[in-house]
Amino acid sequence: MTIVDTRTPNPKYFIKGATGDWEMVLGLEVHAQVTSESKLFSGSSTEFGQPPNNNVSFVDAAMPGMLPVINEECVRQAVRTGLGLKAQINKRSIFDRKNYFYPDLPQGYQISQFQDPIVGEGKIYLDMGEEGEVEIGVERLHLEQDAGKSIHDQHPNMSFVDLNRSGVALMEIVSKPDLRCSDEAKAYINKLRTILRYLGTCDGNMEQGSMRADINVSVRRPGGEFGTRCEIKNVNSVRFAGQAIEFEARRQIDILEDGGEIDQETRLFDPKTGETRSMRSKEEAHDYRYFPCPDLLPLEFDDAFIEELAKDLPELPDEKRARFINDFGLTAYDASVLVADRESATYYEAVANGRDGKLAANWVINELFGRLNKEDVAVVDSPVSAKQLGGIVDLISKGDISGKIAKDLFEIVWTEGGDPAAIVEERGMKQVTDTGAIEKIVDEIIAGNPDQVAKAQDNPKLVGWFVGQVMKASQGKANPQAVNEILKAKLGL
Amino acid sequence: MTTDLTRLSLAETAKGLKAKDFTSKEVTASYLYAIEKASALNAYVAVTADQALDMAGASDEKLQKGEGGALEGVPLGIKDLFCTKGVHSQAASHILDGFKPEYESTVTQNLWDDGAVMLGKLNMDEFAMGSSNETSYYGPVINPWRAEGSNADLVPGGSSGGSAAAVAGWLCAGATATDTGGSIRQPAAFTGTVGIKPTYGRASRWGTVAFASSLDQAGPIARTVEDAAIMTTSICGFDPKDSTSVDMAVPDFAAAVERGVKGLTIGVPKEYHMDGMPSEIEALWQQGLEWLKAEGATIKEISLPHTKYALPAYYIVAPAEASSNLARYDGVKYGLRVPGKDITEMYEQTRAAGFGREVQRRVMIGTYVLSAGYYDAYYVQAQKVRTLIKKDFEDVFNTGVDAILTPATPSAAFGVADQEMSKDPIKMYLNDVFTVTVNMAGLPGISVPAGKDGQGLPLGLQLIGKPFDEETLFAAGRVIEKSHGLDFTPNKWW
Repeated sequence: MTIVDTRTPNPKYFIKGATGDWEMVLGLEVHAQVTSESKLFSGSSTEFGQPPNNNVSFVDAAMPGMLPVINEECVRQAVRTGLGLKAQINKRSIFDRKNYFYPDLPQGYQISQFQDPIVGEGKIYLDMGEEGEVEIGVERLHLEQDAGKSIHDQHPNMSFVDLNRSGVALMEIVSKPDLRCSDEAKAYINKLRTILRYLGTCDGNMEQGSMRADINVSVRRPGGEFGTRCEIKNVNSVRFAGQAIEFEARRQIDILEDGGEIDQETRLFDPKTGETRSMRSKEEAHDYRYFPCPDLLPLEFDDAFIEELAKDLPELPDEKRARFINDFGLTAYDASVLVADRESATYYEAVANGRDGKLAANWVINELFGRLNKEDVAVVDSPVSAKQLGGIVDLISKGDISGKIAKDLFEIVWTEGGDPAAIVEERGMKQVTDTGAIEKIVDEIIAGNPDQVAKAQDNPKLVGWFVGQVMKASQGKANPQAVNEILKAKLGL
Repeated sequence: MTTDLTRLSLAETAKGLKAKDFTSKEVTASYLYAIEKASALNAYVAVTADQALDMAGASDEKLQKGEGGALEGVPLGIKDLFCTKGVHSQAASHILDGFKPEYESTVTQNLWDDGAVMLGKLNMDEFAMGSSNETSYYGPVINPWRAEGSNADLVPGGSSGGSAAAVAGWLCAGATATDTGGSIRQPAAFTGTVGIKPTYGRASRWGTVAFASSLDQAGPIARTVEDAAIMTTSICGFDPKDSTSVDMAVPDFAAAVERGVKGLTIGVPKEYHMDGMPSEIEALWQQGLEWLKAEGATIKEISLPHTKYALPAYYIVAPAEASSNLARYDGVKYGLRVPGKDITEMYEQTRAAGFGREVQRRVMIGTYVLSAGYYDAYYVQAQKVRTLIKKDFEDVFNTGVDAILTPATPSAAFGVADQEMSKDPIKMYLNDVFTVTVNMAGLPGISVPAGKDGQGLPLGLQLIGKPFDEETLFAAGRVIEKSHGLDFTPNKWW
C-alpha cells in the first residue's frame, strides 16, 4: 500500500525537540461494536451486563461441527456506516479466518475480512476551530467477530473465560495516516462516534467497550519521510487516547534525538502512569495465516439493497450543522456543539423552530446544557422539555420577561414543571412596561438620593446605580430599556 | 429366527418392516447380536444398544399403525464424525475424549425423522484423515474381506472404514459416511459396497465434525445402489444452518435407479490411465464401459487436462482448512486436557497427546502452506488449480457428456500395517488419485462394486456426475450392478 501524505505541515502542531521541530503522524483503527440484537454469526443475544457465559450458543463456544451463518442486520449496519462515511460500498466482500490461539477465542480463529472488506475508502471531516475543517481519509471498514473475555483475578492459578462477547459483531474502521496531533485524533474519535450514534450502528459507549481504538503513532521532521510506527492497542477513552499519543510521540522523539531507532512494535497504554509500554515486538508478531473462511460464501448484495438503506439514512451531523448555520443563523461553533449528538440537535430544533434561532441556541447551550451537565442528566431526560424552553424563549422575545427573570423562570420550570406563560402570569413575574409605574419608582429613588443625583449628573456612567435601584425596587420586573430611558430623561442626561 | 435379518438389503428390510414380516426390534436385536460377535472387525467405537431398542420400539408402534417414514425401523450405523446428541462423538480422536454433544447433526436428524434406528457410532480414520482406517485412536478397522487362501488382515479403506466394514460385514443395514477426498468411495470399493458422495451443498455439514470445510460432504455407504439412493434421499436437503448448503429440492433418488443409460453419453478421461496401473483395473474399467454401451450408452473419450495437479493441490487445500478447523481442539472447552505450567504448554501437551501422527502431519502441512511467505506459492496456487479442475469438468459436461466412468481406486484393499504405505505417506495419499478431483470440483461421485482382483478382492468403478445430477449416477451404477453377475458378500471369518 502506498501512503499518500494529504496534509500540509502546520507549525502549530510541531513538537519542539532538542534538535529541531518534529511532527506526529497518526492513524487510527477503531473497533466499534455493531448495534444488533444478535451476534454476527449466531443467534445469541448481545445484551451487555449479563452473567458470565449467559449469551453463548454452540456456535459461540466453537462446539465441533458448528457453523457460522451471517446476521443480515449486521451487514445492513456496516453498509449504513459506510454510507455515513461517504465511503465506497463493496457489493462483494469476503470473510477470512484470522488464526491464533487464545482461550477467549474458542474457534482458534477470528472470522474477519482481510483483503476484500465490505466498505472501502471514505472520509470524515473534523471541525478544528481556528484551524478550520480538516478532511481525514478512511481506508476501509470491515466486519469481524469479537473475542470473549479472559478473567485473571478470580482464582490464584487459573484464568476464567466469559464468552458473552464471543462472536459479537465489530466494525473495524481504519483511518488513513492523516492525523497530525492528539487533538485531531481526539476530534476524530469524537466525530466518528457522533456519526455512528446518528446512524444508530454503534452506541459509541467506550466505558462498556463498545468502541475502542488502536492508535498508530510515528514522528518525523515536518513534511519529511514517514517514520517507523508503533501501535498502541485497545485505548478505551478519548482522554487516554490524547495522553497515550502525547507520551508515545515524546518517547519516540527522545529515542531519535539520542541517535536511536524506533522498533516497530505493539504497545499498551497504562492509564495509571500515563505511559505506553512494549507488548510485543515485530519479531514476536503473530502470523495470522489469513485465508477465506470456507464455511461462508462471499458476501454479495445488489445496488437495490444499498439504495434501500441509503433512502432511510438519517440526516448526518455535517449536513445538520450546515443547515443550522444556514437556517438558524448560528455560528459554526454553536452549530457544532448542537449537532454533537443527535438528541441535543433534535431538542434544539424543537426549541428553535419558529423562534429566534440564536436566542434558542443561547438558551439550549448555556442554560440547559450547563444545567444538564452539572446535574449529570442526559438531554432526553431533561426536566425542562423543548416545549417548555420554547415557551420561555417566547416570553423573552415578546418582552414579557427580562433575561434575568427568565433564568428564575427556568429554575422554577426545572424544579416544579409547568407552563412558563402560566407561571409568569400567576406569580406576577411579567415585566413592567407601564411607564407611569416605572416613573413613580424613579421619582421616589431620585427624591431619596440627592447626593447620587448630583454625582450622576457629573458622571453619567453612574446611571447604572439608579438602574440597579429601580430594578431592585421593582423586584426585577421593570423593563430595563424603559427604566434607562426614563432615568436619563429625569436626570437630564 | 428363521432367516438372518442382517442379510437383507436396506430396501428389503424397510419393505419387510412395512409388511410386518418382522419387527424393528427383531432386526435391531439381530444387528446388535452381530455387532457383539464382530469385535474382530473393530467397526464400532460405541454401540448404543438401549437407545437402538428404544428407537426400534417407537418405530414398531408406528409400523403397527401403518405409519412411519421411508426408513422406519431400519437400523443404521453412524460414522463417529457426526455429532449425535448425548452419544460418543469423537471423530475417533483422543482429543475429544468423553465428548457427548448437546445437539444432533442435521444429517442424522434427517435419518431419525425418516424413522431410522441408530445402532452406534462407527470407527473411522481420526478426523477423517486417512485411507486405511489405521489412524483411528480406537485402532484399525479390519476389512471383512480376505484374499483367497489368506488369513492376513486387510484394511477396509478410509476414512469411512468402519462404515464400509459394518455394511459389508452385516453389522448395519446401511451407514452414514463422509467424503473429503474419497473417504466414501475408496472404502466402498475396498469392501464391495456402494458409496456415493453427493454434490457439495446437497447434504448439510451442520453438526458434522469438520475436516476440510470446502470439500467435506456426507453420504451413505450401502449394500446396493437402491439402498444408497434411499439413504441419499433422506440425508440430503437444504439447511439454513449451513451457509454452503444449497436450497434445491431433493428428488426421490430411488425412483431413478432403474432408469437405465440408454441415450446417455459416458465420458472416459484419458488422463485417468495412470502409469503403473494394474492391468486388472484397466480391464475392469474397459468391462464397465462395455456394460454401459450394451445398455445403450455412448462412450466418448474425453480429456481432463489438469487431473495430475489435483492430488498435490488437494494436499494443500485440505490440510490448510484442517489446520484451522482443528484449532478449536485446545483443551480449554471440552475433550482432553493435559495440564501445563502455562497456557502455551497446556496447548502443546494437549494437542501432542490428543492428535495422532497423521492428524499432526496434516495440521503442520496446513499451517505451513498458510504461513506468511508461503501462502501465495501454495494455497493461492492450489486454489487456482482447483478452479482449473472444475473448469475441466464443466468443459466436458458442456460437450454433452452425462457422466464419467473411471476406476474408483488404483488397487484392491491392501494389508493392515502395510510397510510401504506406513513408510511413505505419499503412497497412502495416492489411494485417492481418482477420487479427489471430484471433491475439488464439488461434483457427485459414486463407487459401485464391479469386479474382483486376482485374489478375489472387490474392485469398484467410479461414476462422476454433473452438479446435482446424482440421479444419473444411480441409474448408471445400477446398470453396472446388474451387469457384473458377481456375489459381493465376504466369507464370514470373524
